[in-house]
Amino acid sequence: MLTYALRRLLLAIPTLLLISLVIFLLVDLAPGSPMSEIPLTVPPEVRLKMIAAMGADQPVFVRYVLWLRQFFWVEPMHQVDLLFGSHIVEGQQRIISYQTRGPVFTVIGERIPQTLTVIGTAYLVGVLIAVPIGIYSAYRQYSWFDQLGTFIAMLGYSVPTFFTGVLMIVIFAIKLHWFPSIYNTSLKVTDWASLLAQIRQMALPVLVLSLFNAAEISRYTRSSMLENLGQDYVRTARAKGMGEGTVVLKHVLRNSLIPVVTVIALGIPGIFGGAIITENVFKVNGIGAALIGAIHANDLPMVQTLTFIFAVLIVVFNLIADILYGVLDPRIRYD
Amino acid sequence: MLPMLRPRGRTMMLDAPAPALVQVRDLKMYFPIHTGVLRRHTGDVKAVDGVSFDIMAGETLGLVGESGCGKSTVGRALIRLYEPTAGSVRIAGDDILSLAPEALRRKRPEMQMVFQDPQASLNPRMTLAQIIGEPLIEHSGLNPTDRLARIYELMDQTGLNRRFANRYPHEFSGGQRQRIGIARALALNPKFIVCDEPIAALDVSIQAQVVNLLEDLQDRLGLTYLFISHDLSMVRHIADRVAVMYLGRIAELSPRDALYARPLHPYAEALLSAVPEPDPDREGSRQRIILQGDVPSPANPPTGCAFCTRCPKVMEICTTTRPILAEVEPGRQVACHLYPSEARSNQPNSRHAAPSGSTGGGSSQHQQHGV
Repeated sequence: MLTYALRRLLLAIPTLLLISLVIFLLVDLAPGSPMSEIPLTVPPEVRLKMIAAMGADQPVFVRYVLWLRQFFWVEPMHQVDLLFGSHIVEGQQRIISYQTRGPVFTVIGERIPQTLTVIGTAYLVGVLIAVPIGIYSAYRQYSWFDQLGTFIAMLGYSVPTFFTGVLMIVIFAIKLHWFPSIYNTSLKVTDWASLLAQIRQMALPVLVLSLFNAAEISRYTRSSMLENLGQDYVRTARAKGMGEGTVVLKHVLRNSLIPVVTVIALGIPGIFGGAIITENVFKVNGIGAALIGAIHANDLPMVQTLTFIFAVLIVVFNLIADILYGVLDPRIRYD
Repeated sequence: MLPMLRPRGRTMMLDAPAPALVQVRDLKMYFPIHTGVLRRHTGDVKAVDGVSFDIMAGETLGLVGESGCGKSTVGRALIRLYEPTAGSVRIAGDDILSLAPEALRRKRPEMQMVFQDPQASLNPRMTLAQIIGEPLIEHSGLNPTDRLARIYELMDQTGLNRRFANRYPHEFSGGQRQRIGIARALALNPKFIVCDEPIAALDVSIQAQVVNLLEDLQDRLGLTYLFISHDLSMVRHIADRVAVMYLGRIAELSPRDALYARPLHPYAEALLSAVPEPDPDREGSRQRIILQGDVPSPANPPTGCAFCTRCPKVMEICTTTRPILAEVEPGRQVACHLYPSEARSNQPNSRHAAPSGSTGGGSSQHQQHGV
């Protein structure tokens, strides 16, 4: 298992390098340039100085290699310096956002807590309601519960979040005044009242996103359960005289969760990526909103860095999903 | 044809006074068919359509028939792994079909099943010790030390090395897996075991080992088997009496030697004529009865005798009246109009006879036909 994980990690290096090159070139060659953001009233020689100060006058491959060095050496070592008070990369250039003129990772550090709170909660809630629904739907296949679950899952999966989000705002925020329609990032949870306010402002985005997540995961759980419920070993368990609860929750569920767990693991990079649309609908000031803002402002280093972080997360969680498969299913051995 | 099989001289206990361990009466298992937009109930697949038989304690009843005739369904319905549509099954005194779920669960240790596919019937995420030990935890109340001792004892009995206890099913060969299946079935000291084609998925060389194991265990533990198989020569080896099924009904139920020497029912005759003869001289003279046509759909079986569409000796009555399984010779039950109705009405209360209904007339102009 360890050998397998190490081999996969080694293989991930060329993969990630290739991805980083593609992302860098794609973003760089796309129309729109940071120069266009400089007001026309600025004299040409000042304009050139500004461009040179941003490093944007260098050829694209020079900038790529410099960016790689900043991403893989300067930024991690900067964190080390911060943690241990050392001076490894002191005074070296970090990845600077064109927008804020500050380090990109500072912005990410500011944005990630909101994303993890809202999107992470939505994912957790989605999983927690999807798995029991999937189990019961499969156990009572074609019952009214199953039909209703199928209908809602279809709805949650096929109706986009920008529609359900706006619909929820119209119903619950505007008509009923139950929840606020805008997420207030500056709210600090200090007492019960502010905790309640936090829960209220999280309710709508969490509802919208967890419906979407639960739809997918409940379908996976249901089909995996159905597949296993028909297996011979389930009949064996019944023939052993095990109770129905043991048969379903121990024998069938444990075998059915193998594919479900990997699907859940593969969905986790999406949490970090933030639900771009949902964050924008509810004005959650998270990573997804930061990415959209950076794209609007032609903030190339920000877009390149964020996109590459998502790529790293996807590669890592793919590996985690594969390893989980091996842990959960004794028939799979990586040697 | 299988030199590894040991000859065995077990006497049939047909004259034993004890009541039958397993009594099946008019067992019916219909699977509903739902069709159309509204999925209305439009019919039934009559997988088992009125089957009655007894199995004595310590006896092996063979159940043979072609694919899809309902043999496995009988086995599963018998120990209520399906919910039968009608009928009654008594095993060791209890009416299995009317037991409440909890009482049925408590009854399970007495009746076990060895499944056809040893790979699929074992939970892939449980080790051998967990598979065998699970029913012990549920039903026996042994402490962990005694439980492990019992697991090892079962592994010894079924010829599994004790070192294998913590391995998973996929790490075993087919024959070893079937031994695990047998050890699991034996864990709770059952009285009655349904062997549902336990050797069909195995190599021929392994088949003999498993069958010998089943016989050894029967002799040592006094087990009663319902041995379901389509392997006629294996059934001949292991069974005391044999029931031949066709389209959800029993065509003939006879002592093994009598059946193989001289099948009475035309279907049994045709089926047994398909067994190859190992002696090439005799194989040349073997009269193979080739049946014409296909097995009718169990969703729409013919009226009268189920076999009437293909029977080489079909008569007029066969298409209108369903023949009743009745004793026509001592110990031999046949459901066929070829056999005189007197024979049926003479012995309606025979121990092996089905609960007698009307004899439904019948023709006596045909003589019994033998080999």
